[in-house]
Amino acid sequence: MAERRFTKDHEWIELNGAIATVGITNYAQEQLGDVVFVDLPPAGKKITKGGEAAVVESVKAASEVYSPVTGEVVESNADLAKNPALANTAAEAGGWFVKIKVADPKELSALMDAAAYKKFVDGLH
Amino acid sequence: MRYLPLGPDDRAKMLGVIGAKSVDELFKDIPAKARVSGLLDLPMHAGELQVERTLGAMAAKNRAAGAGPSFLGAGSYRHHIPSAVDHLIQRSEFLTSYTPYQPEVAQGTLQFLFEFQTAVAMLSGMEVANASMYEGGSSCAEAVLMAGRVTGRSKAILSGSLHPHYRDTVRTFCQFSPVTVEYGEPNVDGNEDLASKLGPDVACVVVQTPDFFGNLHDYTKLGAACHAAGALLVVVVTEVVSLGALKSPGQMGADIFAGEGQSLGVGLNFGGPYVGLFATKKQYLRQMPGRLCGQSVDADGRRSYVLTLSTREQHIRREKATSNICTNSGLCALAFGIHVSLLGEEGIRRLAKLNHAAAVQLADQLGGVKGVKVLNKTFFNEFTVQLPGSATEIVEKMVGQGVLVGVPVQRLYRDRPEVANLLLVAASETNTDADRAAYVAGLKKVLA
Amino acid sequence: MKTDTFSGNRGLDLEEPLLFELGRPGVTGVDMPDAPKVASKLGGLEREGSIGLAGVSEPEVIRHFVRMSRNNYSIDANLYPLGSCTMKHNPRLNEKMARLPGFGDVHPLQPESTVQGALELIHVLGHWLKTITGMPAVAMPPAAGAHGELCGMMAIRAAHDAKGDKHRTRVLIPESAHGTNPATAAQCGFSVDPIPGNSHGRVDLAAVKAKLGPDVAGIMLTNPNTLGLFENEVIEVANAIHSVGGYFYADGANFNAIVGKAKPGDMGVDAIHINLHKTFSTPHGGGGPGSGPVCFSQALAPYAPLPMIVERQGRFHLIEHRGSAGEPGEKSFGRMRTFNGQMGMFVRALSYMMSHGADGLRQVAEDAVLSANYIMASCKDDMTSPFPGPCMHEALFDDRFLEGTGVTTLDFAKAMIDEGYHPMTVYFPLVVHGAMLTEPTETESKESVDRFIHVLKSLAKKAKSGDAQFFKDAPRYAPRRRVDETAAARNPVLRWTPPAPKAQAAE
Repeated sequence: MAERRFTKDHEWIELNGAIATVGITNYAQEQLGDVVFVDLPPAGKKITKGGEAAVVESVKAASEVYSPVTGEVVESNADLAKNPALANTAAEAGGWFVKIKVADPKELSALMDAAAYKKFVDGLH
Repeated sequence: MRYLPLGPDDRAKMLGVIGAKSVDELFKDIPAKARVSGLLDLPMHAGELQVERTLGAMAAKNRAAGAGPSFLGAGSYRHHIPSAVDHLIQRSEFLTSYTPYQPEVAQGTLQFLFEFQTAVAMLSGMEVANASMYEGGSSCAEAVLMAGRVTGRSKAILSGSLHPHYRDTVRTFCQFSPVTVEYGEPNVDGNEDLASKLGPDVACVVVQTPDFFGNLHDYTKLGAACHAAGALLVVVVTEVVSLGALKSPGQMGADIFAGEGQSLGVGLNFGGPYVGLFATKKQYLRQMPGRLCGQSVDADGRRSYVLTLSTREQHIRREKATSNICTNSGLCALAFGIHVSLLGEEGIRRLAKLNHAAAVQLADQLGGVKGVKVLNKTFFNEFTVQLPGSATEIVEKMVGQGVLVGVPVQRLYRDRPEVANLLLVAASETNTDADRAAYVAGLKKVLA
Repeated sequence: MKTDTFSGNRGLDLEEPLLFELGRPGVTGVDMPDAPKVASKLGGLEREGSIGLAGVSEPEVIRHFVRMSRNNYSIDANLYPLGSCTMKHNPRLNEKMARLPGFGDVHPLQPESTVQGALELIHVLGHWLKTITGMPAVAMPPAAGAHGELCGMMAIRAAHDAKGDKHRTRVLIPESAHGTNPATAAQCGFSVDPIPGNSHGRVDLAAVKAKLGPDVAGIMLTNPNTLGLFENEVIEVANAIHSVGGYFYADGANFNAIVGKAKPGDMGVDAIHINLHKTFSTPHGGGGPGSGPVCFSQALAPYAPLPMIVERQGRFHLIEHRGSAGEPGEKSFGRMRTFNGQMGMFVRALSYMMSHGADGLRQVAEDAVLSANYIMASCKDDMTSPFPGPCMHEALFDDRFLEGTGVTTLDFAKAMIDEGYHPMTVYFPLVVHGAMLTEPTETESKESVDRFIHVLKSLAKKAKSGDAQFFKDAPRYAPRRRVDETAAARNPVLRWTPPAPKAQAAE
């Protein structure tokens, strides 16, 4: 079972082989409110760690989704594009944003694990 | 001071509650150096009667277009505005309300914006229109910037028959952006090859119909060429009444329509306020500038309207917004909407026919004056004539004959001596047989 | 509360369908003669097919728009406390003056000899604006505040470019600024460098100084700022930005607080836009038209946009093109709209200024600031303010007084609607949690402000008494309950489309 890692910008990432799945966390979707639109990158797009991977919009806010790793987009979530509410109802499952072919899997080890992220979020209140 | 309800006792009581000795204590954060000591060097307050006298005297120094025969166009057109328009836009609830940010108490504004968007989309033949821009030229400039965002390309090609002030506004808006602007020579006869200028870096081609010189165009082929080259076709219309008679930008395959809506419901106003029209295809919706009103439901399930897709706009997206526009031209959009409502399908078509007929009659009569030549093969309600001398001088002489005969092309193309004798002449339903007779008689006298 | 009447109406509150649902073919609200027969010059480009517009008569149009209008809140009906919007009384004299045929029915391209009075009016208004701001030059074309910002920032860019300073790409903007500021800077090709505020709600002077460098083009500062406070170190900020060769753009959105009391020209400002639709009472019209003339310092004046007006021996001339060396407009950054400016708004604004005069305008600022402070002081036991007073013409509250009640700023705002008030500006500025920016303006009587204060205090007490549901259900008495903004954004319906034919719909 692949381990999930988290960023301070509230993205989650899960690596399976060379391909990582990236989405926003439950905490992030709660802060945003009802998601009404997502702007996802096309397959083949090269992205860098910390760079903009996607945009997620609620009625009153728009936020960038930053890539936790460097790599190339292999797939965007077509279901999410059609039904942005998935980012609210299944943020950490079916509401994933992109799958990325990871250039350097070691980049993940610098990210928080679930326990560290929970502690980080608790500290925000 | 009739607009200030507080009396001296009120002010004293309020200061007491605040705990300040004087009102100047409330201004203590202002550095002394920046404070005005005493009064500004301006006149003291004045009653309605006095203000009316002063402003009335200034107004009286101007020749109102309607005070005699007038044939001016070039992007601003004099039409009859039904009485109901000005009455309705002065309803307090429309005139003195703010942008409809609280939809529960702004359904009136929101519904008319929704109807305005619908009317603009229908007239232009486009899929979606926004809730208005400032006016035509800046609307055109926003269209060019939007085309840059949509295509990710950096060059805009402007037709040589685009209104020169629109061209200049585009250049101003783009001068510090990634988009570079190329534009053609003054294109008096309406023949220019824009398709050959397409290339991999071209974001859009901007054309106008009826164009600045009055010529009509079908841009369907140019649109197809643009699309084949990955560019957008932007079609500009400065005389929106023409859409009651002519094939629409949408029917020609336009990707963006940018126009001026002043002709319907809005007076000449010496150039403003007017109402910018902006419409596009659904697929480009998220790159659109300006406010959008959408349909929804309220908590009881009743049909309601609300500003929507605001994440494109500056108050949410800040430096990443599609435009910095905030205030638009709401009340002029209302006037436009009321006028269109009164006209309806039958009225707009009839109005367009009347305008065309008025122009054809005038062109025929002017063409009969010795030394005067009408240059257009096609036109709607405006055309270009060649005069036997300087158009600027003839226009000035004709003021003495009581007729505003048109706009000298030179006024907009200062550095082009070859256009010195060209005059743009517009006619509308407001012109009578007597107006045309006065024009012809005066011109014969002046040219004699 | 669902409507239980057969019609859906509630007394005087009449439901109105869309115009397109009312019309019938062959009906019109405008009578016109038949067009005379002429040989068409349309060149075969006639429009085919129906446009789709409805056909309705004049009485139907009047009812349609009158019924719709009744669903709107307006300043003519009640206090309109939107902070940073300055919803003051709109005098009707202004409307009358703007409709004089000598102003309203003049074509922008008429010969100069026929429009001397129109040019004079713009010139005189410019003189008032220059005197009020203490600035030497003014640009009249901008159509609104954001257009004015574009005008000012383009002049700044042009001034730097003229000196060969192409490397100045960074603009400092406080975090509390209106969104138009960063959007404008970006539209001029600048990058935005945010400046934090200090604990007193002012821009942090030390942070400004720390961000200075040779690549700084300027600063955009709203003063009074968006928190309703005067930037008391404004001169130090101006000196700092000038010391590295940058320019000072002031956003004049809140000018109403200082009109006649202080001059931006004495604060080191290089450019400031004035919203005629705020400070100078031209009506907001449901979101425009506005007007945003920009006053310039000597340094930026040469770069002002076209067209511009010059007076020579008592005659007024419109400069419409870039001049040769030494002529007006030589260095202009160009034209930013089709024609001269918002003439209709100019007439209204000058009518207002002349009505008030030097003495009245000063009183405007004093009464506006007095009323805002009076609200702040009167509500201090029931509501919370992030910064101590005195404030300028806006009283800013935050949502600390709602902590633990389950009531949000939005709920509080919607409850105000049921009490007959348009809410104040909410959730702006973004730097204050649950912000409520309240601007009464000078055109409210003390009785009117007192009624408003009583409503605020009673709602604050009610929220603290634990009845959150009361707030969640608001508004109850408005033409609509809360509108579903999520549905509107997820599935945008932006125009009416004809219903599918009945036969198809039945399938």
